[in-house]
Amino acid sequence: MTRFLVRRLAHAAFLLLGVSLLAFLFSTLAPGNYFDEMRLNPQISAERLSALRAEYQVDRPMAVRYARWASALLHGDLGFSFAYNTPVAPLLWTRARNTLLLTGTATVLVWILALPLGVWSAERLGRPADVALSWATAVLLIIPDLTLALGLLVLAVRSEWLPTGGMVSVGFDGFSAAHKIRDVALHMVLPVTVLVAAALPVLLRHVRAAVAEALEVPFLRAAEGHGISRRRLLYRYALAAAAHPLIALFGFSLGTLLSGSLLVEVVMSWPGLGPFLLEAILARDLYVVIGGVLLSTLFLVTGNFVADLLLYWADPRIRSEAAGR
Amino acid sequence: MEPVIRVENLVKRHAGRGFGRRAPGFTAVDSVSFSILPGTTLALVGESGSGKSSLALCLACLERVTAGQIWFEGRDLAALEEKELRAVRPKLQLVFQDPANSLNPRWAVGKIVAEPLLVQARIAKRERDARAAQVLERVGLSAEYLERRPQELSGGQRQRVAIARALILEPKLLILDEVLSALDCSIQAQIANLLVELQRTYGLAYLFVTHDLRMAAHLADEIAVMSRGKIVEQGAAEKILRHARCEETKSLLGAASLAPEAIAAVRER
Repeated sequence: MTRFLVRRLAHAAFLLLGVSLLAFLFSTLAPGNYFDEMRLNPQISAERLSALRAEYQVDRPMAVRYARWASALLHGDLGFSFAYNTPVAPLLWTRARNTLLLTGTATVLVWILALPLGVWSAERLGRPADVALSWATAVLLIIPDLTLALGLLVLAVRSEWLPTGGMVSVGFDGFSAAHKIRDVALHMVLPVTVLVAAALPVLLRHVRAAVAEALEVPFLRAAEGHGISRRRLLYRYALAAAAHPLIALFGFSLGTLLSGSLLVEVVMSWPGLGPFLLEAILARDLYVVIGGVLLSTLFLVTGNFVADLLLYWADPRIRSEAAGR
Repeated sequence: MEPVIRVENLVKRHAGRGFGRRAPGFTAVDSVSFSILPGTTLALVGESGSGKSSLALCLACLERVTAGQIWFEGRDLAALEEKELRAVRPKLQLVFQDPANSLNPRWAVGKIVAEPLLVQARIAKRERDARAAQVLERVGLSAEYLERRPQELSGGQRQRVAIARALILEPKLLILDEVLSALDCSIQAQIANLLVELQRTYGLAYLFVTHDLRMAAHLADEIAVMSRGKIVEQGAAEKILRHARCEETKSLLGAASLAPEAIAAVRER
């Protein structure tokens, strides 16, 4: 077990190192930087500009900058934002929190819907109800997220049932606690709906395929022959036998918590990482971009790591394999 | 003597894929009738695709039949609801062809063998384990195998575990679906002998599904030859071997690895 953990952690550390190096490399290779635009500003003198460049050390070679950035990272310092003139970490954290609120809710909802629906569909594979559901998910699958988001926005604007953007209403600070929760929840409805609608078809099809395959395995048919109840067969035996791909998918959905909703956030002006990173990329706010990329990678790696741990726990075959090595 | 099971005009038609009348479907079992007496074996012999495995699944109530009756313990299984079937299932157990996938690879042998008890009734864990050890011993595996996992066992040992699992519910009829085909020749003989011995001890009735006429002759009292969903020839094992009338039987005899005379010799031993 320890060896398994150490190997996985080393793997994760290596991946993070690689991603940070690449992010640095590409941002250096990209033409221009934050201060180039300042040159066009007649109110900033050339001396002031070179003083700023020296202060932020953008005139140093990449290797030096990377080394300084990496050593700062080890102390939990993600660097400085040029545009906001404050450390990157607290900025990123506030935005990441908003994103997680959105994606976390959507992920929980998607799984709550996909598991029973997938099992239900697998149980009546090829029958009219299953075929109808397959068509419905196929339709949902081919509608681009953007179209769905814009369509829902139009509906919301026309009907005036739901707020159409942002995370809170005007005057939020003056609301009571219950009113605040209600307000945020109402603002979440549209983006969460888009996220769920985008993720549900894929997940549902995976659950359906995995369970349908498991139901054909002879040891499940044997259990059927012993007189097992239908519910126990489906939810205890078939889901357990189908756990392998589902756990891997679960890890993946954990991994995309930070990066999965960027587009929807931009369209729905949700104050999460999406609009924030977009703005930072356009302004070439170097350390914000790299910090954002690194944070997303960290989530991806953690998600996979959690999936590996769950698989290890769920499947004795992996355990004995790891112990044997 | 009253037969254990009596099948009358059983039909299994698989629905075709697609919509409406375009899909003709496929008749796997076409109006089949037979019965099996307690303590005897009926071998169902046929080439692959002849419908014998579909028939086995129907008898084990893992597939619903399209038409016909399956009389077992005074009831027609084909007409029973799933809930009523639960009470009958223990008396009628199926052993699958390949023990590599008919045993849950995540469980230890003890849990696999005791699982039918867990499913059927509320029995304390200690008693379940004791029963599992008992039945494992009956199939020639000592209690030390209780903690092993299927993938640590040989093919023959796995099939013994599968048979033990079927026996633990004390069935009257065992449906043996190609149970020897996945095994090596030497192991086949061992398991075949185990089956004969178990039959004598418990007075079990067997439906022995196979494509191997030689094995059928060794194990069965009666042989039914299936082809394209129908029973084309049926009778006492010796009679079928010596005086095969149908082309299908003759071709199966040709495929068997021993000549008819040798098979008869095996039978009389």
